[in-house]
Amino acid sequence: MTQDSNPTEMPQRRGVDRDAVKPRRGGRGEQLQVPEAEFRSYYGRPIIKAPVWKNPDVPLYLFLGGLAGSSSVLAAMAAATDRPTLRRGGRYVAVAGAMGGTVFLIHDLHRPSRFLHMLRVFKPTSPLSVGSWILSPFAAFATATAAAEFLGPRLSERGSGRFVRRAGDASGVAAAVVGPALATYTAVLFSNTAVPTWHEAHRHLPVLFAGSAAAAGGGFGLVASSVRDNEPAARLGVLGAAVELATEQKMTRDLGMLADVYEKGRAKTLMTASKACLVAGAVGAVLGRKRRWAAALSGVALMAGSALTRFGVFDAGIASANDPAHIVVPQRERIRRREEAVQPGTTPPDRRYVPAAGS
Amino acid sequence: MTNVFDAFAGTDNALYGPLPDPAADAGFDAGHPKRVGFFTDTSVCIGCKACEVACKEWNLVPDDGTDASDLYRLTGMSYDNTGDLGASTWRHVAFIEDVRPHGSATKAHGGDVTTGRIPSGLPALGGGALPSTRETVPAPGGGTVDLLSLLPDDGAHGQQTPDDERDVRWLMASDVCKHCTHAGCLDNCPTGALFRTEFGTVVVQDDICNGCGYCVPSCPYGVIDVRGSDGGAHKCTLCYDRLGSGLEPACAKACPTQSIQFGDLDELQAAADARLAELHDRGVSEARLYGRDEDDGVGGDGAFFLLLDEPEVYGLPPDPIVTTRDLPEMWRNAALTAVGLGVAAVAAFWRGRR
Repeated sequence: MTQDSNPTEMPQRRGVDRDAVKPRRGGRGEQLQVPEAEFRSYYGRPIIKAPVWKNPDVPLYLFLGGLAGSSSVLAAMAAATDRPTLRRGGRYVAVAGAMGGTVFLIHDLHRPSRFLHMLRVFKPTSPLSVGSWILSPFAAFATATAAAEFLGPRLSERGSGRFVRRAGDASGVAAAVVGPALATYTAVLFSNTAVPTWHEAHRHLPVLFAGSAAAAGGGFGLVASSVRDNEPAARLGVLGAAVELATEQKMTRDLGMLADVYEKGRAKTLMTASKACLVAGAVGAVLGRKRRWAAALSGVALMAGSALTRFGVFDAGIASANDPAHIVVPQRERIRRREEAVQPGTTPPDRRYVPAAGS
Repeated sequence: MTNVFDAFAGTDNALYGPLPDPAADAGFDAGHPKRVGFFTDTSVCIGCKACEVACKEWNLVPDDGTDASDLYRLTGMSYDNTGDLGASTWRHVAFIEDVRPHGSATKAHGGDVTTGRIPSGLPALGGGALPSTRETVPAPGGGTVDLLSLLPDDGAHGQQTPDDERDVRWLMASDVCKHCTHAGCLDNCPTGALFRTEFGTVVVQDDICNGCGYCVPSCPYGVIDVRGSDGGAHKCTLCYDRLGSGLEPACAKACPTQSIQFGDLDELQAAADARLAELHDRGVSEARLYGRDEDDGVGGDGAFFLLLDEPEVYGLPPDPIVTTRDLPEMWRNAALTAVGLGVAAVAAFWRGRR
């Protein structure tokens, strides 16, 4: 190496990941109007720590929570409107989702034997604490409902059998009240972090996850119920897919440069696959609802689309946390705007020079 | 925390904004000690890493298993072979070699416009026509190994021999947990393992932590992490055990240049303001305080810094904001969409044909 090739700048000033900071597509209304980022960092290292949550545990937990949450509402309504196959499937998948989600949540802990510590306090400031207190009663209600569903036909028509069925209906309604919260609180779980792509999407993620949950629940309803019973499931699934697709579009547009993590790597693959599955499932549900096999296939596609979205959002967040440009560039922009708003030439408050008293 | 419902109603600064006494907000009575902290003055840091060693020794922090290359675990980042803060690194000394062509230092980076020199107050190297050592290293296979070429970045970030064409300014800074006024890790911890001490610091109770890892992405500074060997989250305790016995934290005790100063936070802030004024008077215009202002995004830091360049050069976020600032809105959005999901699922049954 010759002297001429020695770096003549600070090494960290070269910490621009050309792949990570692609030129933006024009005319899409970015919030962050930054030039192709010239930013400084410490040897290009990440500034925040990426989540240590396990993959696939956490994305699967998100998917199962959404599936169980929306299925519980479908099941309760199916019980009230005499749709036995939709009711049975919804009740069973609600308990399966709650139990499976709990298993994944515990397996995700780095000290699984202490999972009950989740319930030693209730903290509204911690979405994971609130989520534990949502999941626990939901799992209890869903389990009771599924047990009644299983025992109901096996008991006498009157007396104890009728009591069990009525108790099952009541706990099914209770599960349906809690279920939607289980489906959307996970959006707060993700967005209440310092991960830029998640945090800045805190207005979009709840809608995205609710849509994803509706697609999953509707999809499973199409798989599990007869053609006679499956119309509500098809409607919910199609609506969920539409909401999910539209919200994903709006989210990536509003995120501006932070959306680049959705446009590369595994997150891009997952989100593309998710969109394909959702479109296919929705079209199939509209056209093929009255054919049992077509309805079931559409349901599988809707569920796959829902799950792939969760995996894609998870991957995008990891990539965002590992990219120092995602921290430095928007925060610099924020400082610049604040300076403009206050007074030209004013130093940002974190560096304001305050003379000591008496000096 | 005690006034969490007030916080959600917007009548309290429990989640965001200036908070004069975080310990009182956490429920300690009026008799609690004053808030303590660190003032790390990087302008006198000599990069000796005594703080890193003292912290490891006193707190029995294990090997951090620094990754990078397997070649003596060298990162190629000047003398920084620690990398960053983490579960087993509670003090981290950053080394930045600000190398620029002779006479090209700009005003934006604190340079003197007339001479183009790196500003005073710091040793500026240059002038000596030292030979480049790398020209003498034979090609691989010739019996001698070019160690720099084995580094992950081909030695581009490695130490450089200053020659007569370049000015070098060497920045060193000892980073640590900021013990924020509004600590994202603490508020997000679902078990209550993280708590606010009577000194206003933030500490993990290892016997409570279940390793959920939620604190890790909640920190806007990337401080706390889960340790692979025991699964628990760990970070600087500001030597909680030593504070209880009236001792200063190990790193501050070990620092030979008083770059790390420990004390009551209000006194440290006054000292930092005086030091900044002194440096500005001496023409070190690039000096600035970081984490000093209680109006910043985390309500001010318990551990704050005097820096000689932009925060991101040291690996610090330029404008951190605690994630819980937006939490009330997030809960509102999630609740509304949950209702929407329930209504949609019910409405799907409207006039259904069977």
